[in-house]
Amino acid sequence: MWLVVPVLVLTALCGIWTVVMVVRDESPPGDRFFALLAVLLAVLVVQLVVGLVQLSTTSRDVPTATFVSYLFTVVLAVPFGAALALVERSRWGNGALLVALLTVAAMETRLDQLWRLAGA
Amino acid sequence: MPEPTTPAAGTVREISTGPGRILVAAYAVFAVAATGRSLVQLGTDADRAPLAYSLSLLAAVLYLVATGCLLSGGPTARRVALVSVVVEAAGVLVVGTLSYVATDLFPDKTVWSHFGQGYGFLPLVLPFLGLWWLRETGKATLP
Repeated sequence: MWLVVPVLVLTALCGIWTVVMVVRDESPPGDRFFALLAVLLAVLVVQLVVGLVQLSTTSRDVPTATFVSYLFTVVLAVPFGAALALVERSRWGNGALLVALLTVAAMETRLDQLWRLAGA
Repeated sequence: MPEPTTPAAGTVREISTGPGRILVAAYAVFAVAATGRSLVQLGTDADRAPLAYSLSLLAAVLYLVATGCLLSGGPTARRVALVSVVVEAAGVLVVGTLSYVATDLFPDKTVWSHFGQGYGFLPLVLPFLGLWWLRETGKATLP
């Protein structure tokens, strides 16, 4: 799939940054972090649109319901993690954000897998 | 700035704060994953493995309840969370064992099959983390 690499790179950058914030006990995350997170969110929204278009035009036998729900849920994970980091202003809040980012990475990998397996 | 984490004398610590936030994030992920999985399974071919799919739905409900309790907090949420986490622990242990010894019962996988192997064994770890957290926060501090 087309946007897997940028999504995974951005998620990794956000994840590493979050680990640094956990180690330094910086919370809540600053504006610059949220700017990067917003870029990730924007790319995920683009992926949602592109994914739906590709799904409707592809000849691959992609499991539609699963694929679509992953496309939507992966977008929701980012604001959920951000909200937890803002509500819980401690290391734990940033830890929860990290869980959300790991989820994005796992879901993105699964999305890619669903697409590839359908092409085989 | 870290918030003060010491609870007032004679009170129990709120389950929705501190490490509870990590749990809520993890539970929310599994709530969504299990709900999505069970709906897709029941919606596409419910007849193929009714037991497995019903268990997926049960897991989904339990994860949703636990997520809600951890988000809201309070004494009632604590009690409900305890019940759901205990059932969840029992579920993953029973289904995990059965999926190895009675494979014919499960023609398709559930979230709990093989102790949650498909999900990095997190379904096995989560209820025990939940129990630990409920116990940890439930310790009343003496006045």
